[in-house]
Amino acid sequence: MSEKNASLKATQKKTQKPRSRGRWRTLLTPLMAIVTALILGAVVIVVTDTSVYDAFGEGFGAGLGRAVQVVASAYGALFAGAFGDPARMVRGLSTWITTGDGRAWVQSLYPITETLRYATPLIFAGLAVALGFRGGLFNIGAEGQYFIAGLTTVFVGYALTGVPWFIHAPLALLAGIVGGAIWGVIPGYLKAKTGAHEVINTIMLNYIAFRFAEYMLDVGGPMARGDGRPVSPVIQPAAQLAQFFPSNPNIRFNLGFILALLAAVFVYWLLFKTTIGYEIRTVGQNPRAAKYSGMNVARTVVLTMALSGGLAGLAASHDILGVIGFMPNAFSSGYGFDAIALALLGNSHPFGVVLASLLFGALQAGARNMQGIARVPLDLTDIVQGLIIIFIAAPAIIRALYRLRTAEGGEEVVMTRGWGQM
Amino acid sequence: MNENLNNTRRARTWGIVFLVFAALMLILFLPGTTGSQRTTFAFDLELSQALPIGNLTFSTQGGLYLLAVLSIFLGAWQLAKGFKQVYLILGAVVLMFVLAFLAWAARDRSMNMTGMLQATLLRAVPITLAALSGVMCERCAVINIGIEGMMLTGAFASALLGSLSQSTWVGLLAALLAGGLMGALLAVLAIRYKVNQIIAGTAINILATGLTSYFSSRYLQAIPELNRPPTFRPIPLPLLSRVPILGPVLFTNTVPVYLMLILVIVIHVMLFYTRWGLRTRAVGEHPKAADTLGVNVFKTRYINVILGGMVAGLGGAYLVLSSVARFDENMTAGRGFIGLAAMIFGKWNPVGSLGSSLIFGFADSLRTNLAILRVPIPSQFLLMAPYLVTMIVLAGVVGRAVAPAADGEPYEKQ
Amino acid sequence: MPPVLELKGITKRFPGVLANDHIDLTLEEGKVLALLGENGAGKSTLMNILYGLYTQDEGEIFVRGQKADINGPGDAIALGIGMVHQHFMLVPVLTVTENVMLGMESIKNKLFLDREVAAKRIHEISEQYGLDVDPYALVGDLPVGIQQRVEIIKLLYRQADILILDEPTAVLTPQEVRGLFQVIRSLLAKDKSIIFISHKLKEVLEISDSIVVLRGGRVAGTALPQESNERSLASLMVGREVILTVAKEKAQPKDPVLEVENLTVKGEGAHIAVRDVSFNVRAGEIVGVAGVQGNGQTELVESLTGLRPPQSGVVRLLGKDVTHASPRVITEAGTSHVPEDRQRDGLVLSYPIADNLILNTYYLPPVAQGMVLQEPVIKERAERLVAEYDVRTPSILTSAGSLSGGNQQKVIVARELSRPDQLVVASQPTRGLDVGSIEYIHSQLIRKRDEGAAVLVVSAELDEILSLADRIIVMFEGRIMDILPVENATREDLGLLMAGVHSDEHRADVAVAKEAA
Repeated sequence: MSEKNASLKATQKKTQKPRSRGRWRTLLTPLMAIVTALILGAVVIVVTDTSVYDAFGEGFGAGLGRAVQVVASAYGALFAGAFGDPARMVRGLSTWITTGDGRAWVQSLYPITETLRYATPLIFAGLAVALGFRGGLFNIGAEGQYFIAGLTTVFVGYALTGVPWFIHAPLALLAGIVGGAIWGVIPGYLKAKTGAHEVINTIMLNYIAFRFAEYMLDVGGPMARGDGRPVSPVIQPAAQLAQFFPSNPNIRFNLGFILALLAAVFVYWLLFKTTIGYEIRTVGQNPRAAKYSGMNVARTVVLTMALSGGLAGLAASHDILGVIGFMPNAFSSGYGFDAIALALLGNSHPFGVVLASLLFGALQAGARNMQGIARVPLDLTDIVQGLIIIFIAAPAIIRALYRLRTAEGGEEVVMTRGWGQM
Repeated sequence: MNENLNNTRRARTWGIVFLVFAALMLILFLPGTTGSQRTTFAFDLELSQALPIGNLTFSTQGGLYLLAVLSIFLGAWQLAKGFKQVYLILGAVVLMFVLAFLAWAARDRSMNMTGMLQATLLRAVPITLAALSGVMCERCAVINIGIEGMMLTGAFASALLGSLSQSTWVGLLAALLAGGLMGALLAVLAIRYKVNQIIAGTAINILATGLTSYFSSRYLQAIPELNRPPTFRPIPLPLLSRVPILGPVLFTNTVPVYLMLILVIVIHVMLFYTRWGLRTRAVGEHPKAADTLGVNVFKTRYINVILGGMVAGLGGAYLVLSSVARFDENMTAGRGFIGLAAMIFGKWNPVGSLGSSLIFGFADSLRTNLAILRVPIPSQFLLMAPYLVTMIVLAGVVGRAVAPAADGEPYEKQ
Repeated sequence: MPPVLELKGITKRFPGVLANDHIDLTLEEGKVLALLGENGAGKSTLMNILYGLYTQDEGEIFVRGQKADINGPGDAIALGIGMVHQHFMLVPVLTVTENVMLGMESIKNKLFLDREVAAKRIHEISEQYGLDVDPYALVGDLPVGIQQRVEIIKLLYRQADILILDEPTAVLTPQEVRGLFQVIRSLLAKDKSIIFISHKLKEVLEISDSIVVLRGGRVAGTALPQESNERSLASLMVGREVILTVAKEKAQPKDPVLEVENLTVKGEGAHIAVRDVSFNVRAGEIVGVAGVQGNGQTELVESLTGLRPPQSGVVRLLGKDVTHASPRVITEAGTSHVPEDRQRDGLVLSYPIADNLILNTYYLPPVAQGMVLQEPVIKERAERLVAEYDVRTPSILTSAGSLSGGNQQKVIVARELSRPDQLVVASQPTRGLDVGSIEYIHSQLIRKRDEGAAVLVVSAELDEILSLADRIIVMFEGRIMDILPVENATREDLGLLMAGVHSDEHRADVAVAKEAA
C-alpha cells in the first residue's frame, strides 16, 4: 500500500459516518491498528531497500513506482504464503472435478493449512496469557512453559511403547498440560506467597527452561536421540495427532486445531459461566474485594497460573505431536511476547484471541514466503507485532490519526500493579 | 508480649539458617576433598600495574573447617543472644559459604581472586546500568519493563555508528541517543496516553527486538564492516591503579565502566540532595501533592524517563564497545530484567542497586571460572545461575521492599 | 476597601453534569466565610477552580479588586491563595521541612538543598501562629492533628493571605477542633482571610462570620450565623425540611449475638491497633463505636470480619468461636459487613451491578449449581434488590463504577442487609453520601435492628452515633474508654473520652471546678 492509498483510506474513514452498532465500533480500532502497523511495516521495507533509492535516482515517479513494486512484492508474497494463490486453487479444483485426482487441489490449499497450523499454538498461548490477564496476572512465561511441556510431552511420546492411540495420544497431551502447569505454578506460588511480581519470575523461568531443555537435548544429553543431532527421539506413531490431509506429506494441519477451538470454548465457559471463573476475574479486577467476599486469593492465583501454564503447554504438545514428531533443541523465539500481543488484540476474550491468532498465524505463514521470495527478513513481522501492541494499548493514537469517535469505555482487563502488590 | 515472642522466633530462625549454611559447607564440600589438597587464592594479575602481593595457599580441608566453625559460632551466638544487624551477619555467612565453595572448587588448583573480582565487576556493569535506569524511572513512579529493549537498541546503535565512524565516542553517543529515543517512546505512551506501563514496556521490548534483528539481518550480516566497531581500551588511573587488588579491579577500566561508577554516585547525590531529586521523589510518592505545590508532574516524569532510557542505552553500549565488539541479536539476554530485580533488592537506591548487581555479576562470572576448574556441573546449569539467583532474591526481598507509593499509576490531571 | 476575594458567575461543566452554575461569592479580609453543602453540591469544584487545579468555563475571579487569571496552583500561590485539602497533600516518606519547601526549595551552592534555612523559617512560623511542629520529623510518623498543622504551615510559608480549609475537622476530636479554631482566630488577627468548607452545621455556626450554602451547583442561599440555626441551614442545603434526628423506638435487646473478649489486634508494622477490648452486641440493639479515625476501629472491624487475624482474645458469634475464622466462615455464620471503603473492598467497580450483588453468594445454590452460575437466578435477584433498595440505575447491567456514591452504597446495603443475618457490621456507612442516601441507610439499619439483628455501627461522625446507637462504645488508641447507654451520653463527655480523658478524671475536674466556684 503506497502512501497515496493510505491517505485515501484515511479520508474515507473521516467522511464515513460511524455506525451506531457498538460491535462494529469495537472492531474498528483493532482493525485500524493492524492496518496502520502494516502501513508502517511497508514504510520500513521501502526505506531499507536499496533498489528503491537507486530508482529514485532516476526520477521521482520511477522511485515511487519501484517503492510500490517492492511493497506489493513483499506483501503479495505475504498474502500468498498465508492464503494461497487463487489461480492455483481454481486449477486444482477443476483438475479434481475432471479427473478425480485431488492432489493438486490439496496442494494448493497448503498456504491456508500453514496459516491454520501456525495459528493453533498461538491460540493456546494467547488463551494462556488472556486467562492470566483476566486473573490480574502477567504471564510472560509462555515460552518457558512451552519448553518444559515439550520435554514432558515428547518423553511420553517416545518412551511409552505398545500403547494404543486412544490412550497414548491423550496421555501425551496430558503430559504437556502438566508440564506447562508446573512451570506456571512456580511463579504463581511465589506471587501468592511472597508477592514477587510474575513478570520477572516468568521471564527468569523462560531462560532457565531454555537452558534446561538445551541440557536435555544437546548431543550427549539425557533426552538426545544419539545420532549426533541435538534433537529428541521420534515419538511413537500411536502418540501422533491425526492429520487432516494425511495423503500430502507437506501439509501438517492436524486435529490440534480443533482442540484449540475447543480450548477457547472451554476458557470462555470457565471464565464467564462458572464460579471458578467468577473468582479468577474478581481477583483480577479487585483482589481486596475478593478477600472481602471470602475468596482464597492465594489459591486462585496459583490455579490461574496453573491453567495458564497448562494452556501454553498444549501449544508445545500440538507442535510435537501434530507437526514435527520430535522435539528439536530449544531456540528462543520470542514466543511468549507474541502471545501477549494476541491477548491484547483479543481484549483477553477467548474468541477475540482466536481471531487474533488466525491473523498472526497468517502473518507467520506468509513471512516465510516473504523472506524466501521477496527477501524481506522475518523480523519484519516482529516489528509489525510490536506496533500492533502499541496501537492497541494506546487506542488514542489510532483515534487521533483517523479522527474516530471515542468508543464506549470497555472493561479494562489488564490492570497495572506495582511490585509486590496483588 | 506477643511482639517479643515473634522477634525471638525470627531471631532463632536466622540462627538456624546460619547453622544450616555451616552444615552445607561440611556436607557438600568436605567429602570431595582429601587432607593433602591445597587451595591457592592468587591475587596478582598479569599485565596489571598493581604492586604484587603474592598468593594465599592453604589446606583445603583446613579452610573449609575454619569457615564452617566460624559460621557455627555465629549461628550459636545468634540463637543465644542475637545480633542487632542480622542482615549484616547474614551477608557475612553467605560470603563465607561462597568462599568455602571457591576453596572446594579450586582444590589442588589456583583461583585468581582478583581476576574473579574483576569479572564480577565487569559482569555487573550492564546490570547496574539497567538498575539505574529502573531507579530513575520508578522513583517518579513510572515502571520501566522496557529496559531490555532500550539496552538492545543502544547496543545496536553503538555497533552500527561505531563501525561507520570508527570512533568509540560516536558509538557511545549514538547509544545514548537511541536509548533516549526509546525512553521518549515509553514516556509518551505511559504519560501522555496513559497506557498500562507494563504493556508499554513489553511493546518496546518487542519493537526493539524486531527492529534490531531486522536491521541486523538486512545490513549487519550482509556487510561485516558495519559490525566492527572499535572498542574502548582500559585506562589505568595514575597511582590508584597500583593498589593491590583494588587497582586492577576498580581503577583500571574502560570509559563506560568509569561512567557507571560515576553515575551511581551522581544519581545518588541528585536524588537525595538536590531540588530535582526532591521533586522526583515527591512525584513518585504523591504526585497530587507535588502538583498542588506547582511541581510539573508530567515534565518531571518525561525528563526522568528519557534520561533513564539513555542510561539503559549506555548499558547496551558497554556490551558492544567494552566487551564483544559486535552486535548479536538478542545479546542482552535478560539483563534488563535482572537489573529490575537488582533495583528492587537495592531498595530503589543507586548504591543498593550497585551492591545487588555485584551479586548477580558474581553469579554470572561463575560460568567461565568454574568451567576452568572442572567443577562437575553441566555448563547449562551454570548459565542458569544468574536467573535462579534473581528469583531467590526477589522472593526473599520483595515483600519487604517498598516501592515508591504511586508506582505504576498514570497521573490524571482533571 | 474592596473585598479580598470575589467570585462572579463561576460556571464549570463536566461531561454530563453542571458542577458550578453561575456562582457568586464574596470574602472580606480578616473574616471566615463558611461554604456549606452536601457531597456533590459543587464546593470542591469551586475551590479547585480558585486554586487553579481546574479552569472555569465562565466567570471571573477578583483578588483585592484586581481581575485574576488562575491557570495553575503556581498562579494561585502567587496571588496569596492557599488550600488545605480534605485528604492531605503530604508525602509520608519525606520530612516536614521537605514537604513544606517542595516547589520552592531553598538552595545552597547553586545545586544542593538547604534544609537548615527552610527549617529555621518553619520554626519562625510555628512560633508566630502557635503551630508547634518538629521540622525534621517524617510526616508519615506524625499524628493526623499535627499533619494538619504542617499543611497550614505550608500555606503560611508561601505567604498565603487567603486560606481555604476543606473539611478540616473531619479527622479531629472535639478538643482538637477547639485547638484548630484557636489557630484560626490567631490567623484572623493577623489579617488572614479564611474559606471554611464543611458539612458540620454546629461548627459552621460557631466559627464563621458569613455562610454561603451551595446546592446542586448553585448558590441556594446566604446566611449569617447569628440569624440561623441548624435546621434552617440543613433545609437550605437539601431544599426541603430535614428531620435531623432519626425516628426510632426504644430498643428491646435480647441475648448477645456477638461476644468479644480481651481482643488484641496488630496493625501495620509492629503497632498494636486494638488492645484488650471486650464488649458484646445483643440481638435487637445498635451498638455504636465512636472515636476519631485511626484509633483502632478499622482494625477492630477487620478482625471481627475475618480480614485480619487477631493476636489474642476470643470472638464468639452466637456462641461459636470465630476468632480465627476466614471471612467466608464468618459470613456463612450469619454476618453482614458494610465495609469502610466501599469502592476498594465492597465492590468490583468494573462489574455490572448484578455481579456485584452476588459477591458473597456466588458459590451457593440457587445462584450456582455446583460450579455453574445460574444466570436467570442472578438476573431475577438483581432486579428484585434494585427495586427494593431504591438503587437509581438505568439497568442491572450498568457497571458499579458509573453509579453515584450513594447508589453504590445502596448496592452494598442491598446485598448485605437482604440476607437474614443476625449480625450486621457497618463501618462508616454514610461517609461522603448525600442527605437522602444517609436517611435511607439509617432507616435500613434501624429496620434490621427491629427485625432482631445485632447491629454494630462504627462511625467518626458523633451525630450519627448519637442518633442511631442504643449503646455507645468509645475507642481511643485501641482501647475502649467506656461503654454507655445513649441516654447517659453527652457530646462533651463523648468528646473527652474520644480524646483519651477518662470519665473519672473529668468528673474529678468538674468537682474541683465546682468547689472553686
